[in-house]
Amino acid sequence: MRASLFITCYNDTLFPETGRAVVSLLERLGVELSFHPGQTCCGQMHANTGFRSEAYSQAKQFVRLFADAENVVIPSSSCVAMMRDQYPGLFETLGNESLRQDFAALLPRIFELSEFLIDKLGVDDVGAYFPHRVTYHASCHGLRGIHLGDRPFRLLGKVRGLDFAPLSTLELCCGFGGTFSVKNAEVSSAMLAVKLQDIVSTKAEYCTALDNSCLMHIGGAMHRQYAAMKTIHMAQILASTESTPMESFR
Amino acid sequence: MSQLAEHPVLDPAKAPPFPQAALPVLHNPQLRKNVAHAVDVIQLKRARLVAEKTDWQELRSAAAAIRTHTLENLDKYLEQFEARCTAAGGRVHWASDASEARRIILDILREDDARQVIKIKTMTSAEIQLNPFLESEGVKVFETDLAEIILQLGNEEPSHIVVPALHINRSQVREIFAKSMGRPELTDDPRELTAAARNYLRSKFLDIPTAISGANYLIADTGGVAIVESEGNGRMCLTLPKTLITLAGIEKVLPRFEDLEVMLQVLARSATGERMNPYTSLWNGVVPGDGPQNFHVVLLDNGRSSILAKTKERQTLRCIRCAACMNSCPVYRQTGGHAYGSVYPGPIGAILTPQLMQMRFAQSLPYASSLCGACYEVCPVKINIPEVLLELRSQVISQEKRSLRRLFDPLYLGLRAAGVIFSRAWIFRAAQRFGRIGAGLFTRKDGWIHSLPSVGGKWTQTRDLRGFPDKTFREWWRERAAHSSRESK
Repeated sequence: MRASLFITCYNDTLFPETGRAVVSLLERLGVELSFHPGQTCCGQMHANTGFRSEAYSQAKQFVRLFADAENVVIPSSSCVAMMRDQYPGLFETLGNESLRQDFAALLPRIFELSEFLIDKLGVDDVGAYFPHRVTYHASCHGLRGIHLGDRPFRLLGKVRGLDFAPLSTLELCCGFGGTFSVKNAEVSSAMLAVKLQDIVSTKAEYCTALDNSCLMHIGGAMHRQYAAMKTIHMAQILASTESTPMESFR
Repeated sequence: MSQLAEHPVLDPAKAPPFPQAALPVLHNPQLRKNVAHAVDVIQLKRARLVAEKTDWQELRSAAAAIRTHTLENLDKYLEQFEARCTAAGGRVHWASDASEARRIILDILREDDARQVIKIKTMTSAEIQLNPFLESEGVKVFETDLAEIILQLGNEEPSHIVVPALHINRSQVREIFAKSMGRPELTDDPRELTAAARNYLRSKFLDIPTAISGANYLIADTGGVAIVESEGNGRMCLTLPKTLITLAGIEKVLPRFEDLEVMLQVLARSATGERMNPYTSLWNGVVPGDGPQNFHVVLLDNGRSSILAKTKERQTLRCIRCAACMNSCPVYRQTGGHAYGSVYPGPIGAILTPQLMQMRFAQSLPYASSLCGACYEVCPVKINIPEVLLELRSQVISQEKRSLRRLFDPLYLGLRAAGVIFSRAWIFRAAQRFGRIGAGLFTRKDGWIHSLPSVGGKWTQTRDLRGFPDKTFREWWRERAAHSSRESK
């Protein structure tokens, strides 16, 4: 099976190890991956802050680059939510008919990573080995935006050696919210404090998620407070095996 | 700042922006504890009662459909309501804005020579700032809802639309009652406090022959009005006085009496986590010799018809004021209601208030959300609040594009620059390299950034940021591709 990787702007720039893990994981599962060098950003930051014309031009660029892809894999549920929730509206108001048609045809071939694994490849056991205690943060976009449901839990449940520690505030936002975290920095930090308390109380070694954006927020506070816990994108856990441990993607 | 904490401003035209208005609350641990505890309790009750309804999603869909249909035919149903209500002996008045509504109400009171009124909890009256107006015109207002009594006697402002005194705890209620009722012997036993309130209220109910109410629903096919409440004080106001004035937003209408079957089910469960609210009062016009003999309905527009005119924003008016959105909101949980600078706080307030203000005030409210979507999930009439928030944000940015402020706001400038950066992959690659060099200047030996200037400082005030990696993903991919093509040769 072939798939084109949309890495997302912030993974590309700040979390390349997540991208490397996605490549390792999917190639191990027999997927022929490609990467289009013309890609930049899905437009979420602009759309969510009210800059609609900028968001539109990025959305249009995405559709143009990926229109012919057999599948598109995206290791970020919020970017997938952006496409499913907001692209239709953007194209409705700013786009033309051919763009709308191209996107409608592309949409069913766009997958968030856990969707791609479970729905498209039909695997929940990806052969991973990760001998650590891990808690999972369901990002709001994964949970309520694209309804990932039990997919992340099924994937983590099949990882050998993994000791899963559930969060009691699974449905609670971490307070990131993109530019919300700086526009309403104090409120955002107060929300983060509540979330962090729960995460830390699990005594896990790692907090994982399918969105590095939330993890950047949570991990930033952990590092500030010297919490003995790290954040890690789920792709890095799933890519880890006995022979290629997580460190090899760093 | 401390002045704000003491007395919040709930007038969107005068209130400070949300991030600033939130500060006094964030610095008040007791207040935050009161709010978090209260919303947690209500949320839990709601979740339990929603879970026992196996057809909850169908009920939501039905409620949303009723409200959508109503709004699409609002003119017809309002006229029908007016005709039927008038035929039943009521008098219907139309108010295009707050000042007209206040004037109409005052004129009715003057006709009756009323110097005192009793009131049922109505957020719509708070929206038009009715109480201070009436007091300034020499009419003494007595609130009768327990929470509203607490606020009135304590000179406090509402912070929630269903539980307006949610930010005040029991011992604070005791203090307010002890002081204002001159009863220092009161303890904070809830029974004692309600008895004190009842004692205070009884004489008002018996002595004051004029009442003002809001409405949960106006029913078009019967011309009736419905009010739901928990205490029964509302029913006293609806039955004992000679004159009753009901103030209602024009969106409160329902087409048919039968529609209550759906609406009352979703409202009670969503609002208070009850199968049914304790008191549901329904009345039609005037019945000779029974209940109020003069009955007036004031229909308030105050910006609503301009919301109705817009396709995406129209859903805002479906709202049945259950407050499930604010109870579920992680932002509201931290800030409480006062930070919203409006009598309508929380997610619904964040979309309703700026629209009622025709986007002239409260432009910070559409940004008072992390877009987590919890509000949409619980909304019994399926208002897609995140969608409307985004719509309003784009309107705010359109305003900023025409203002001079844009030249000085670093976040605005940064986003404009990012628009250019993301427009072409080569510019993006250059920006990544430039960013890496820039970030390097702030990165400490541990590989993390602990402090940034300007907007970045808003991040680093509580959070570190990992330094930029040596290689972007795309650089790694290109090297790997080059490497493997060399190997295959």
